[in-house]
Amino acid sequence: MTTLVLARHYVRQTFRVKAALVFGALQPVLFLVLFGPLFARSGVGSWEVLVPGLLVQLGLLSAGMSGFGIVFDQKFGVLERLRVTPASRMSLLLGRVAKDVLVLLVQAVALVGLGYAFGLRAPLPGVLLGLALLLLLAAALAALSYAVALSLNQEMFAPLMSTVLVPLILLSGALLPMSLAPGWLDVLSRLTPFRYVVDGLRALFAGHYTAPDALLGAGVAALFAVAGIAAATRRFHHENA
Amino acid sequence: MIHARGLSRTFTTKTGPVEAVRRLDIDVAAGEIVGFLGPNGAGKTTTLRMLTTLLRPTGGTATVAGHDLTAEPAKVRRRIGYVPQGGTMGPGALLGEELELQARLYGMGATAARDRVAEVLESLDLADLAARPAASLSGGQRRRADIAMGLLHAPALLFLDEPTTGLDPRARAALWDDVRRLRAERGLTVFLSTHYLDEADALCDRLLIVDGGRVAGAGTPAALKAEIGPAATLDDVFLSLTGRPLRAEAAA
Repeated sequence: MTTLVLARHYVRQTFRVKAALVFGALQPVLFLVLFGPLFARSGVGSWEVLVPGLLVQLGLLSAGMSGFGIVFDQKFGVLERLRVTPASRMSLLLGRVAKDVLVLLVQAVALVGLGYAFGLRAPLPGVLLGLALLLLLAAALAALSYAVALSLNQEMFAPLMSTVLVPLILLSGALLPMSLAPGWLDVLSRLTPFRYVVDGLRALFAGHYTAPDALLGAGVAALFAVAGIAAATRRFHHENA
Repeated sequence: MIHARGLSRTFTTKTGPVEAVRRLDIDVAAGEIVGFLGPNGAGKTTTLRMLTTLLRPTGGTATVAGHDLTAEPAKVRRRIGYVPQGGTMGPGALLGEELELQARLYGMGATAARDRVAEVLESLDLADLAARPAASLSGGQRRRADIAMGLLHAPALLFLDEPTTGLDPRARAALWDDVRRLRAERGLTVFLSTHYLDEADALCDRLLIVDGGRVAGAGTPAALKAEIGPAATLDDVFLSLTGRPLRAEAAA
């Protein structure tokens, strides 16, 4: 209940500044518009390969930077104020994560819609399952982003995350399939959970719902969500009396 | 309302352990306004953060608002209000919305929360400002809004961390009036840290002066002054107990 109250409050705050929602999704949209046509014509892959990758890129950029909000909340005393209420630490985290997941869903639906306008022809069940997978990933990323923000010096968060997220996007194979990569890069890519989620999304968008890539992607996303939320809850509990 | 014995907090740093608060004994009775004074780095904010469940003590015991601080932190939180030094709202936050959220987090339903917010805003002369973002409020209005945040759930005990820092004399006097009225009307107990000796003198029933994480002196403002001499001021008391004038600390 407290989680819902918090989530509704954050959603109301976020949707009040609509420009922020648009800017949050701008980079993947630009890739779709300016890189997508080249990608589709190059023979490297189709829109069904690119759009799932861009969705994971969106997840990394949008949910991965969520912690920025808590940096401000710390600075202005909001977090301290909330921590002295009876609300559980887990609900303080999950309220924020629920908002981030909803924001990502809105952005992702817009991106997929735009993808259809450009030539994406993925089956609807595959898209819906893919979005579900993406939301699991977003929950994990947002939770971990908050944990990182609470663990770092306030000024360090933005430069650190933007430095970490770019190689993670490249390693995930979001922009180009990792089947094109040399062996060492392919191995490196498999050390991150994002590679499996990208492959899973691509399988789902291709309509292969029970393919090993789809199942592995779902499993990795679910595990990542559980681990991310558990780690972040632990961080939220840190230092309480 | 507060009974702490040997309350301590040691931080582990790269250069070794730092004892921020050393075996502090604190007693605050219901309905008292107690001032907590000390030089910068004396352990005031660390003590407040421990008493409000934000920081776990590394030693000692404490009962706050009738509940054990470390064994029952959730019960303590239900009975206390805390107004941190740095404020309680981001610049873009709407006052009414933030207050409603705060009320909901204390378990109030949507309607009860709205009614309670209206009541508290009215009592602190903020009724017309509910739809305004925090950034558009004056310093005094924002501080009263912070206090409103701490009072929504009708706590028995309110912690104020340097409530009037940065306010002009008129806004400070208005805030003192609010604190006195809340005590008179509701029997509210107030534990406040301050850098201002005039504030401590005018507002507090008793003072607790800390230095280097230890209690350097305690008593009513009148009794503390009397110990120094017939014409002594609180400045003299502070200088005598800590070896430094508080004005220099406040300016630092």
